[in-house]
Amino acid sequence: MDNTSILSTRFYGGQKRVALRNCGIIDPENIDEYIAVDGYQALAKVLTQMTPQQVVDEITKSGLRGRGGGGFPTGRKWQFAMGGEPGTQKYVVCNADEGDPGAFMDRSVLEGDPHSVIEAMAIAGYAIGASEGYIYVRAEYPVAIKRLELAIKSAREYGFLGKNIFGSGFNFDIQLRLGAGAFVCGEETALLTSIEGKRGEPRPRPPYPAVKGLFGCPTIINNVETLACVAQIINKGADWFASMGTEKSKGTKVFALGGKITNTGLIEVPMGTTLREVIYDIGGGIPGGKQFKAAQTGGPSGGCIPKEHLDAPIDYENLSAIGCIMGSGGMIVMDEDNCMVDIAKFFLGFTVDESCGKCTPCRVGTKRMLEMLDKITSGNGEMEDLKRLEELANYVKSCSLCGLGQTAPNPVLSTLRFFRDEYIAHIVEKRCPAGVCKDLLRFTIDRDKCIGCGMCSKVCPSNAIYVTDYTAPGRRKPSYAIDPEKCIKCGACRDTCKFGAIEKK
Amino acid sequence: MKKKLTTVPFNGTEEQLRKLDELIESKRGVKGSLMSVLQGAQDIYGYLPIEVQRYIASKLDVSLSEVYGVASFYSQFTFNPKGTYSVSICLGTACYVKGSGAVLEKLKEVLGIEEGEITPDRTFSLEVTRCIGACGLAPVMIINNDVYSKMTPDEVEGIIAKYRI
Repeated sequence: MDNTSILSTRFYGGQKRVALRNCGIIDPENIDEYIAVDGYQALAKVLTQMTPQQVVDEITKSGLRGRGGGGFPTGRKWQFAMGGEPGTQKYVVCNADEGDPGAFMDRSVLEGDPHSVIEAMAIAGYAIGASEGYIYVRAEYPVAIKRLELAIKSAREYGFLGKNIFGSGFNFDIQLRLGAGAFVCGEETALLTSIEGKRGEPRPRPPYPAVKGLFGCPTIINNVETLACVAQIINKGADWFASMGTEKSKGTKVFALGGKITNTGLIEVPMGTTLREVIYDIGGGIPGGKQFKAAQTGGPSGGCIPKEHLDAPIDYENLSAIGCIMGSGGMIVMDEDNCMVDIAKFFLGFTVDESCGKCTPCRVGTKRMLEMLDKITSGNGEMEDLKRLEELANYVKSCSLCGLGQTAPNPVLSTLRFFRDEYIAHIVEKRCPAGVCKDLLRFTIDRDKCIGCGMCSKVCPSNAIYVTDYTAPGRRKPSYAIDPEKCIKCGACRDTCKFGAIEKK
Repeated sequence: MKKKLTTVPFNGTEEQLRKLDELIESKRGVKGSLMSVLQGAQDIYGYLPIEVQRYIASKLDVSLSEVYGVASFYSQFTFNPKGTYSVSICLGTACYVKGSGAVLEKLKEVLGIEEGEITPDRTFSLEVTRCIGACGLAPVMIINNDVYSKMTPDEVEGIIAKYRI
């Protein structure tokens, strides 16, 4: 297959596919195609030539870090779960509960290359001495579930799962568990309680899952994208993987580009690529000649990266230095038409819905923060509110039990940091600069552009548009005007006017 | 989020009960099986009326409060029957920044119901979903298994009309 021409395009040119290497290339429903691209070679190598400690050392040396958001070194996590009494029941869990809205890299790997996850779980099982694995996948991904079921079945038939794999005496098998639409279950301890069939509430750490996890046994939990890198690290060596990326963040990262960008979709780039390359070279820039305003990463737990930081290399350290997180890799691009206060409110609305309610700072704090934002976007805000909002945000951040609450204030704090002027415009001028917050919108008619046709007053549902006694120079009919008291800001007049005489501010 | 309890009377069939019994038997002895049983039960009945929850509790020998606790925790479990056509609009970030909020408003207006409700004739129910991972198609609307991409408020009326008999 000649794909040199594709690889030289701007979209593919800057990319390096590791986790997504097989997606779209092989038939995910046919295990033979996976084997043909060196599938299950790494498992064979591990079981026949390496000791568990060598496997963990190799992963540690590669510098692979958790791709689900936290960025914890994978090798260290595995090391913690090693040891203990021989014969101790341990588990390997794959976190495929991709709840972050706007991220779909895990779905893509599960649908396009399910065997890479299964192979990596077996390798992890061998490394820590576990014989059972669980994949916790969102019920919202029916195709991923179907392909995983099929992949597990064919791996069993070929002897890559089950008893005495490759004649090594190592046993490992995997079960699927479906989520049921709770964002908090992406948090590792909540995910474990959910696999146990209970309400998915997080529990305090320590004890960490590596010590006391699923059903009280030592457990390691890795994200799909993390696992998708494992087999290649074993095959090509830790040095190959560590040669990509920055000093502390090795390898590549998949991002889901979405929002106001020309090329939407999944991209995979070496760590340390700048946001400018991602958005303008690979993403093709902002459509419609609009101005870039911010890129949001990390979903409801992350923050916004403004224009000033377009040239910062993307890695774990740089992102957290600007109050953002890598997260699972959702990247939503926003342009001048998006209101940052509204975006902060949107994310907070999400966390209020998804907070499990176990700890007070998260349950009550996020709700109170949302009320303050509502007050600001409805035009009733005071400057004092900004101070109160920041103070409360810091309480919620430092006092919540799990990652959901600890990161929930991030969208607010980061927009307050970089787009404070927008908050101030809402509070002082009672104006939404992007024209999004409905309560602050004002529709007015430019009386010199108005030709007096009256179409707007016909479509107005609240009879807010009336004829004035002013006739513009060169017009035959008098202009119309909008009574702000009666206007319900539906925008029907603006959609109807053929002369662009109605302004929204 | 508090879940609204349905006012529609429960009328399960013998056939459904037989399937539920089979399901419970197949999961017996599996660790942490309550969620899978509820998921299966929702497939059988289309929703989880309190009668079904009570039955599951007695069969699995756990308390009703434990069953209800799990069922009310996860947003996928619904206590309300769905309409013949279940309309969902995605309010994930990518869809939201591209204007799915306006599409939702239009849907409420056209169907005359709020999110989480069902029309009196039980033809349509309206749900809001968080990211379905189709962000390239944003904003996305789904009616049963049909996916409508790059939605605008103007298209809503025409699409809904196709499903009205």
